[in-house]
Amino acid sequence: MAEINSKIPQGPLAEKWTNYKAHQKLVNPANKRRLDIIVVGTGLAGASAAASLAEMGFNVLNFCIQDSPRRAHSIAAQGGINAAKNYQNDGDSVYRLFYDTIKGGDYRAREANVYRLAEVSNNIIDQCVAQGVPFAREYGGLLDNRSFGGAQVSRTFYARGQTGQQLLLGAYSALSRQIGKGKVKMYNRHEMLDVVIIDGRARGIITRNLITGKIERYAAHAVVVATGGYVNTFFLSTNAMASNGSAAWQCYKKGAYFANPCMVQIHPTCIPVKGDFQSKLTLMSESLRNDGRIWVPKKLEDAKALQAGTKKGKDIPEEDRDYYLERRYPAFGNLVPRDVASRAAKERCDAGYGVNNTGRAVFLDFSEAIGRLGKEVVKQKYGNLFDMYEEITDDNPYETPMMIYPALHYSMGGLWVDYELMTSIPGLFAIGEANFSDHGANRLGASALMQGLADGYFVLPYTIQNYLSDQIQVPRFSTDLPEFDAAEKAIKERINKLMSIKGKETVDSIHKRLGHIMWEHIGMARDEKGLQEAIKMLKDLKKEFWSNVFIPGSGDDQNTELEKALRVADFLEIGELMARDALNRAESCGGHFRVEHQTEEGEALRHDDKFMYVACWEYQGEDKDPVLLKEDLNYQFVTPQTRNYKK
Amino acid sequence: MWLLNSSIGRKLIMSISGLFLILFLLFHLCMNIAAVFSGEAYNMVCELLGTNWYALVGTLVLAAGVVVHFVYAIMLTLQNRRARGADRYATSARPKGVEWASQNMFVLGVIVILGLILHLTHFWANMMLAELAGVHGEIAPTDGAAFINFYFQGNIVNTVLYLIWFAALWFHLTHGFWSAIQTLGWNNNIWLSRWECISKWVATIICGLFAIVTIIFYLNGVGA
Amino acid sequence: MDKDIKVTLKVWRQKGPKAKGQFETYPMEIHQSVSFLEMLDILNERLVKEGKEPIVFDHDCREGICGMCSLYVNGHPHGPATGATTCQLYMRRFHDGETITIEPWRSAGFPVIRDLMVDRSAYDKIMQAGGFVSVNTGGVPDANAIPIPKKDADLAMDAAACIGCGACAAACKNGSAMLFVSAKVSQLALLPQGRVEAARRAKAMVAKMDELGFGNCTNTRACEMECPKNISVSNIARLNREFLKAKLKD
Repeated sequence: MAEINSKIPQGPLAEKWTNYKAHQKLVNPANKRRLDIIVVGTGLAGASAAASLAEMGFNVLNFCIQDSPRRAHSIAAQGGINAAKNYQNDGDSVYRLFYDTIKGGDYRAREANVYRLAEVSNNIIDQCVAQGVPFAREYGGLLDNRSFGGAQVSRTFYARGQTGQQLLLGAYSALSRQIGKGKVKMYNRHEMLDVVIIDGRARGIITRNLITGKIERYAAHAVVVATGGYVNTFFLSTNAMASNGSAAWQCYKKGAYFANPCMVQIHPTCIPVKGDFQSKLTLMSESLRNDGRIWVPKKLEDAKALQAGTKKGKDIPEEDRDYYLERRYPAFGNLVPRDVASRAAKERCDAGYGVNNTGRAVFLDFSEAIGRLGKEVVKQKYGNLFDMYEEITDDNPYETPMMIYPALHYSMGGLWVDYELMTSIPGLFAIGEANFSDHGANRLGASALMQGLADGYFVLPYTIQNYLSDQIQVPRFSTDLPEFDAAEKAIKERINKLMSIKGKETVDSIHKRLGHIMWEHIGMARDEKGLQEAIKMLKDLKKEFWSNVFIPGSGDDQNTELEKALRVADFLEIGELMARDALNRAESCGGHFRVEHQTEEGEALRHDDKFMYVACWEYQGEDKDPVLLKEDLNYQFVTPQTRNYKK
Repeated sequence: MWLLNSSIGRKLIMSISGLFLILFLLFHLCMNIAAVFSGEAYNMVCELLGTNWYALVGTLVLAAGVVVHFVYAIMLTLQNRRARGADRYATSARPKGVEWASQNMFVLGVIVILGLILHLTHFWANMMLAELAGVHGEIAPTDGAAFINFYFQGNIVNTVLYLIWFAALWFHLTHGFWSAIQTLGWNNNIWLSRWECISKWVATIICGLFAIVTIIFYLNGVGA
Repeated sequence: MDKDIKVTLKVWRQKGPKAKGQFETYPMEIHQSVSFLEMLDILNERLVKEGKEPIVFDHDCREGICGMCSLYVNGHPHGPATGATTCQLYMRRFHDGETITIEPWRSAGFPVIRDLMVDRSAYDKIMQAGGFVSVNTGGVPDANAIPIPKKDADLAMDAAACIGCGACAAACKNGSAMLFVSAKVSQLALLPQGRVEAARRAKAMVAKMDELGFGNCTNTRACEMECPKNISVSNIARLNREFLKAKLKD
């Protein structure tokens, strides 16, 4: 069995990163020019990494599947970005941000990584302001903060409800500058289909040009995967339509470990599902929980009336409302972390207290906030979100309470990386949501932006040099090497096979069925029997997909159905690995909730003695069970405790 | 040269030449109003603007203004058509808040130019040009008031043509004035609607008074 | 209340950039609570089942922020709703029996790739010419080192809300990209961090815009009225100001 080496530097927690930087190997400027780096993805992590690496002098080849790097799904993040600036003088510090993140992650993340994340968080804010990101400000001209779930300080920087957009446009502008200078070669509408390994190192990728359908080859000294998460496995999620796990999955199939795949985040405040036609779910920013109060009726008959449509939310008197988060978690109230809030909503709805026709929704009520702050202030703070809600649901949230329900949102799991963000394949790096590193079993709000930019601006540009420093003598690779031939051939065969099935099912219909299995069995609550069933069902569905899918058009031309099919083929396998991982982890922690493992009060019950590790899955081949490797998590600086948001 | 080969430079030329022409219109309007009250006063101004060097230079500058404004308009319109692409929308709908005039400036401008040509044959050709050439008919080239009476008093065709001309000019100015200010960059969130309002007033004052004066000439001729 | 309606879709189909396109007509029965793009998904599902090629259109986030969706619906970029992208359009905007015409963006700057998908890389090129603050990663001052008046920060944010979808050029009868360019120039000119190279930026971005064949702005305001993010034309005034100032200083 392979040894897992996370390469965590020695020394006290607060000095690890400083020490690492002081002693790592660097590449001198003249040599940087001789080295090529492929960066796949242009979200916060990808764009910031591509820009920063190019600024340093490396030649960067950057790929994205959209028509422009500015459209990566980081752009949709609404709420904000955390940093330990302590501008509010409310007791924040690097340590506290570190501690909150570790605790929020239910003690399943690496201490050293998380501390580094908290450390560089402040640089991110400085960098973004210097780029011209228009963060919200106070009248005095200084930066404003808001509070977010899982924290007792106000450390979240924001730009209206469009923080992700503004940060991404900041990174995109830095990237654009490098493209203009010719240091980054940008490939839009290209999808990575495989990573090419030469002598055990990642040396290139194979892509499909989404406009011409042509399979193309690119070589470089190192490959960085920044392709985001895989929660579109569930079909319905808050991710963009094209978000997929295929790039990471190809890395896994070439030998990179996939870590904690079962750890996905279900976001508590999304607009509930309406019908079968629904293509994606819309998130309502977590910031709404600052002023909105979540409730369901106390009486079952009221819930029944709401479900039947004979009563409206405002018809239920105050004393008959159950503000269940405030009741269960008095200290954090409506601002408990996402996993806790989501599970509490599911618990109420399962008990029959759901408030819409499907019984799968709870109220998020602003009437108290409107009374306290006035309609104008509420409008200023959340107006755009309220408008969006009304456009989608035809309900006016100023008058009737919003309805929300949890939805798939983020994957904490991903490609395993060491402290240097390198996967188990030398020369292959993974950053941002694509890796597993910093959020443990649950991510706190406003931490995804922080992690993506930390990896791209301030971590990878250092650590990649440690790898590249002995590569300066390595000449550029030809894409005519047999390894490229083999990779391209395999992809073409896969595409031909898909095109030749000519079955009866559309890609989407299979994807929807996949999503259904995922949501029912590997969703917010999981149990052993369900997971075992799910694995079987997923195997069957995969078989059906490969024998009965229908894709019109041609494989060598633009073909949106083929694009989807290639992704769904991988989602089917990712789903299975998620189920396998969820089955293995016989405990509840963060976003992973096994019903067999809960306290009497229904809270998550961890088993630190058995599962204090990162589950790393190693691919063994088609139709062979993957092997589980464990990276033990040694908590040296904080003592894992039961997460308590009650007091 | 950035005035020629940058889009904002070309627009600046349109803006400045347009504002210059508006200034001239205001001056011309004053003359016409004078004619309502006194033909003599009007003729005094006409004499002042006869064949002397400053009037000639003024005329040339003015003509240059019109030519530049017109030539640039053609240039911009052609470029803009090209920028629109070969394929056109099958459906189009003018969004709320978009003035009709703003999308038809070239057509309006062409009507204004046609009116101008008519106007020049009526007056300038008979007056300054005739004087320069030394040929004239029954009315002396310096007797502007007589020309007004000749062309307008009781002449319904000319009067209606002129009124159409002023209407086109009104539409042209409502957008033109505002647009010129916007092109100069003299605008912000607050002044946006103010300038639009001022623009309508400027157009209405200029074209309205021209029209009233014309109707008075039709009914009464120039003032005694 | 939302109900089922029957509509007729007239959709532009075009095989490739050089191919000749034409409208094709598809009858649809649809519930009004379905989003416009979901309706196209349903239609595509039907086409695939019939063995036909689905309609190609750009879309991604489906929550109005990525700027990818780009349909010209019944004479309006992003359809009849104001301040919304195509993906935020719901069928309750349409009535029973309506004919809905769907076209791609039409502008020389945005050539059609296939069906309703166009190439908007010109906007990227304009950004590459100067839509940035020239700072490298690291070595920047503390975020609170330069106070910025809230009013300026808010105005900058108004401009920065642009999603680069191209509706402005698509709506403009002159195929002008001024609103897009002005939004970025304004955002950065309003902030002290971007002020330093404001003159250079305005010149470079306008030059690139002109070079790429976009038209001349004639201030019709159609861009502003159709912008899904309500970007104001006062940004165009600011761009004019910045550009003229820069040129006069030269």
